[in-house]
Amino acid sequence: MADIHILATGRASSRLADLRLSGVAIVCIGILTIFILMAIFAAFIAPYEPSLPDLRARLAPPMWNEGGTTAHILGTDHLGRDMLSRLVYGSRIALLVGFFGVIVASLIGTAIGLIAGFVGGAVDSVLMAVVNTLLAVPNTLLYITVLAVFGQSLTLLIIVIGCINWTTFARVVRGEVLSIKQREFIEASRAIGQRPIVTIIRHILPNVLGPIIVIATMNVAMLIILEATLSFLGLGVQPPTVTWGRMLADGRDYVATAWWLAALPGVMITLLTLSLIFLGDWLRDRLDTRSDQ
Amino acid sequence: MTMASGQEFPKDNEMPETHSPASTRPVLSVSNLTTALRQRDGGFQTIIDDITFDIAPKETLAIVGESGSGKSVTALSIMRLLGGKSSRISGRVELAGRNLLDLTEPQMRAIRGNDIAMIFQEPMTSLNPLMTVGAQITEVLIRHRGMTQTEARRESLHMLERVRIPEARARLDEYPHRLSGGMRQRVMIAMALVCKPRLLIADEPTTALDVTIQAQTLALMKILQEEEGMGILFITHDMGVVSEVADRTLVMLRGKAVERGSTAELFASPRHSYARALLAAVPTLGTMEGVALPQRFPAIDQVTGKAALPPPPVDTVSADEPPVLRVRNLTTRYAVGRRLIGGPKFAIHAVENVSFDLRKGETLALVGESGCGKSTLGRSVLRLVEPKSGEIQLQGTDIRKLDTTGLRRMRRSAQLIFQDPYASLDPRYRVGTTIAEPILAHGLASRAEAQERVARLLERVGLSADAANRYPHEFSGGQRQRISIARALSLEPAMIVADEAVSALDVSIKAQVLNLMLDLQESLRLAYLFISHDMAVVERISHRVAVMYLGEVVEIGPRNAVFGNPQHPYTRKLLAAVPKLEPSRRDRKPMLSNDEIPSPIRAAGYEPPKRSYRMAGTDHFVCEN
Repeated sequence: MADIHILATGRASSRLADLRLSGVAIVCIGILTIFILMAIFAAFIAPYEPSLPDLRARLAPPMWNEGGTTAHILGTDHLGRDMLSRLVYGSRIALLVGFFGVIVASLIGTAIGLIAGFVGGAVDSVLMAVVNTLLAVPNTLLYITVLAVFGQSLTLLIIVIGCINWTTFARVVRGEVLSIKQREFIEASRAIGQRPIVTIIRHILPNVLGPIIVIATMNVAMLIILEATLSFLGLGVQPPTVTWGRMLADGRDYVATAWWLAALPGVMITLLTLSLIFLGDWLRDRLDTRSDQ
Repeated sequence: MTMASGQEFPKDNEMPETHSPASTRPVLSVSNLTTALRQRDGGFQTIIDDITFDIAPKETLAIVGESGSGKSVTALSIMRLLGGKSSRISGRVELAGRNLLDLTEPQMRAIRGNDIAMIFQEPMTSLNPLMTVGAQITEVLIRHRGMTQTEARRESLHMLERVRIPEARARLDEYPHRLSGGMRQRVMIAMALVCKPRLLIADEPTTALDVTIQAQTLALMKILQEEEGMGILFITHDMGVVSEVADRTLVMLRGKAVERGSTAELFASPRHSYARALLAAVPTLGTMEGVALPQRFPAIDQVTGKAALPPPPVDTVSADEPPVLRVRNLTTRYAVGRRLIGGPKFAIHAVENVSFDLRKGETLALVGESGCGKSTLGRSVLRLVEPKSGEIQLQGTDIRKLDTTGLRRMRRSAQLIFQDPYASLDPRYRVGTTIAEPILAHGLASRAEAQERVARLLERVGLSADAANRYPHEFSGGQRQRISIARALSLEPAMIVADEAVSALDVSIKAQVLNLMLDLQESLRLAYLFISHDMAVVERISHRVAVMYLGEVVEIGPRNAVFGNPQHPYTRKLLAAVPKLEPSRRDRKPMLSNDEIPSPIRAAGYEPPKRSYRMAGTDHFVCEN
């Protein structure tokens, strides 16, 4: 039905310019902005030093609970540290690991996916074999081994997470490249004698950016949960640096008596990851290259 | 395409309906059908406006028009297949006394597939790949006729036999992918006709088919219409097909019916200027008899319908210079299927032992049906596909011996234009960037100089220089094809391979782009390797023609010789299958053949027999065995 096709393309416009916001997207972007501002200005927002114990004020409940005070709005933990300050500082590690981990992962994954998809043949087979091997090894085991051997700094954590999580990017990018490679403008680029590397950067990469952005957004959420998991297991960034995962682990023993110790970091993780996932979903609807003409 | 605003289509009473001989009660009577579709901004836009027509039993009405004219929307409105919320339909659509527009959705479902059946353009996507052919036909019978499985199966078999599918009983249990495109379209027809509908709506049913298969399908439809007595609403953009099948024709332009009447009358004396322009732009086989040189299409004024005579053709071929491209014994094969150990199981013999010369300023057309290897040949001579053996000399250099750097330099003298103007331009770059890319990639000019060259190139292909700042999606198909041509020209090549370069374009746009190609050939002395399945276009614009069949050239020679005195049986068959613009031919008894296009897949290691060619005239060679 060619007629309808023409009608549809006649009004197709540049996709990025067409990112009209939906209600969900506005809420998600709002929550994310708050978290990012919180992480940047943690020193100004947090009322207390996050790791400063105050044994006289141990296990103080949040202010709206019976026995709560305005001195500690969200209460204190088992060592009397201010929960609000700890949550605010904890967002730093979550976002740092999430964002930088994804940057490392997407760079590695995109490069490998582009090469595998574009070159094809034996190179593709070998690279995809690496991907599948990596997927087959239990990740937690990998983290424990690597972190146990190399120590536990924040930079190292980001690099390790990036080096293990690139496989999703590689697979998706490779798939996209295989389909884009079939489009005539790629052959046109060969026909004018363009260098392969220029073809990849100019014509293929921009056309796979949409899916990369979508996976990246979702992956930030995944990595934030991963970081929390590792901290919970004691493998993440070490104290005195505050992390939500560590807070969860600390709160575990007090779940029955002081719910806020575990619940508050849990709420933070959920809010942040949910808004990222919804944002990713919305981006997918908007950026999906398959909905192009 | 603009129509003067003052010009109005005459009202119904001024234009008497010329009815076909059988003036019985019409099967379908459409009056004042108007459809508006919801636009992205929420408003409604009128897509078809005040369409009125009747279809009598055993009659075929063709709706013809270019893309965007509202042909398909008309069919979808009749079938009520447009979304209820996104469309507004008014008028009357009467089928056997009932106005379909007043029916409820369940009542409508009982009519679809039962009283009105529809067949679509794409036989590949219209059948469910996971169901056997038989299951898909029986489904219709069980739904509409309430038959049992056994009865439905018997009826399906009968139907497959009626559409002349060879070995129908075996085909019943096969999946669609085992059938060729033509056979799939027959299955579609069988599915459509199994409930004996009063009306068949065929939306571009043969557009995706090869010309010989198209001829088979049209003949089959005609035979079945005779047997069943149904009315056919035939939607097409192809004037040749109209003249083959339609008793009466409705010409649509931007949602309005601009002309309506018997097909014979329309072809003999089109009244509306647009219909005249449309007919004049249609390349017709046989109009070039006795004309030696390629000829431009006359430019038709859409308002007055007057034809401006094209400039006289100039002989662009230099016979005394050495050829631009010299191909000898070129063979390209693809390996398919892998054994666990060892080499591939099969080879597709896409190009087999092909030799030809292409001179400066000459157009050599490669014609043949899908799978004959013409596109592979075009890509092999540019080494976009790696040939297996043979010799390719481009301006004296053997390009099969070039390394990567040499190959890049070679690209400057040989360029390619693609079929799909929507896919061949990167949607993310401005047109100017796309055209400048080859210049910059080869370091032929600085960025500023490249911008100037782009402006000149755009003007050369008939666009304005400020087109450079816009994106491909802002252009129509014809304009995009001009942009592709500008990109190919930016390297000032000696030769251009045009792979079905105008096949996706509407008739009038096709004529304009072909004229542009001829203009460029004249001013730049370009050599074209023109790949096409459209014999009429080829006849119009080429100097020499090579007919390909299963990867081999079966006949090659001057255009006049090949078209006027075809020697090889396949060339004759190909020419005979092209629809002719003579509605009077329709009265002939349709001949139905079941020939399929054979496959070029062979067992690995197969060597084709040696061919010998005999000379049938000056420069005219025919494969003998």
